Amino acid sequence: MGEPRASHERPTRVGRRVLLAMIGAAAAGVAFGARAQNAIGNVVGSGLGGLVPGADRFRIYSITSSYPDIPRSTYRLKVTGLVTTSLDLTLDDLMAMPRVELVKDFQCVTGWRVPQVHWVGVRLSDVLNAAGVLPSAKMLAFASYDGLDTESLTMSQASRPDVIVAYEMLGAAITREHGGPVRLYVAPMFGYKSIKWLSEIKVVESAPLGYWEHDGFPADAWINGSLQRIEKSLV
Amino acid sequence: MRFDVAQRLAHWGTATLFLVLIATALPLYLPAVAQFVGRRALVARVHLWAGVALPAPLLGAVCGPWGAGLRRDLRRFNLWSASEVRWLTTLGRRRPALRDKFNPGQKLNALFIGASIVVMLGTGLTMQWYAVVAINLRTGATFVHDVLATALVIVIVGHVAVALWHREALRSIFTGKVSAAWAERHGAPWLTETPNDSVPSNSH
Repeated sequence: MGEPRASHERPTRVGRRVLLAMIGAAAAGVAFGARAQNAIGNVVGSGLGGLVPGADRFRIYSITSSYPDIPRSTYRLKVTGLVTTSLDLTLDDLMAMPRVELVKDFQCVTGWRVPQVHWVGVRLSDVLNAAGVLPSAKMLAFASYDGLDTESLTMSQASRPDVIVAYEMLGAAITREHGGPVRLYVAPMFGYKSIKWLSEIKVVESAPLGYWEHDGFPADAWINGSLQRIEKSLV
Repeated sequence: MRFDVAQRLAHWGTATLFLVLIATALPLYLPAVAQFVGRRALVARVHLWAGVALPAPLLGAVCGPWGAGLRRDLRRFNLWSASEVRWLTTLGRRRPALRDKFNPGQKLNALFIGASIVVMLGTGLTMQWYAVVAINLRTGATFVHDVLATALVIVIVGHVAVALWHREALRSIFTGKVSAAWAERHGAPWLTETPNDSVPSNSH
């Protein structure tokens, strides 16, 4: 196996350099990606930002094989359990309650976030007050029209002003793929707590583990160091 | 014999896993596809396991007596002559003086894919093991994972397109063999290499 090449030529180890360069770039991306995504989103705008890989955009996590289809006229929110009066609320009923606006970042536990999402709805505490919560109540169990997703909150978490039963998102009625007509929105927690296609709020003493909690995700899903921004409230 | 069994298994094992990863990534990432597929738990699990398994075909093929041919090829990917480096720095305008088994474009493709496996695995694990890493870093890891995934799809489509364009070379990744005429044309002393040949410093 004679070597046609001059033996004094030392070859360049390009492989090592490519690997180190890519790992270096990746490390920089991990460190500064949140800021970069924000900047790209600002430059490109939310419409095009939905298409550009590097910008902030929603991903849809649907756990069943299709989305439930709930016409606005037939939508009902049940409030049951340890309450004085069980409720069966229509969309109009919810809209007649005190209207609250939130502008918050939507943060997923895996990392992606959409900054400054505009939400409109009713405070969960207002909905609960309408039913009259009994003293023995400690937790809330939530169910979805998809027939699979479940969530829970403690009473003290539920009483926060930034936990709402939402019916508007990004300036319009919540779309079907985003959990419309009505979903829960828990602003200070990771997105999996904001159960979509909300069908029932059950007031209980103890709630079973929710769908995502079964997979090991924490029930108290506080976003540490979150970029919570302006809150607007119209009462 | 251009590619022995170990080399072909490494290639096809990795390629299949990449296809599974891309196929599962589409419903995870694109709302339009998520709508029809849903079943996030299943899709995510397949994606994660395929991702963790991604280095396995390469590692399995490289480590062992069957891996001599592959190890030789890996050295070829890594070691570039001065004229090959010049090809890179002139963005393809200066063709290398002497022919190696792989042209610099092929070498670069292999290096990019190999390095991508490392980065995608690292960022993917960061996204999955949320408890270990701060949320801002997970956002950054998601960003890197998304951008690199897009780049990978483009590179892989290009790789397949170029492969389809060169029929005889394409056949060799299935059968392992090329005709003597092809080997002549592509200046291939490695045609007569046996696994017992020691690894040459470059070329061959």
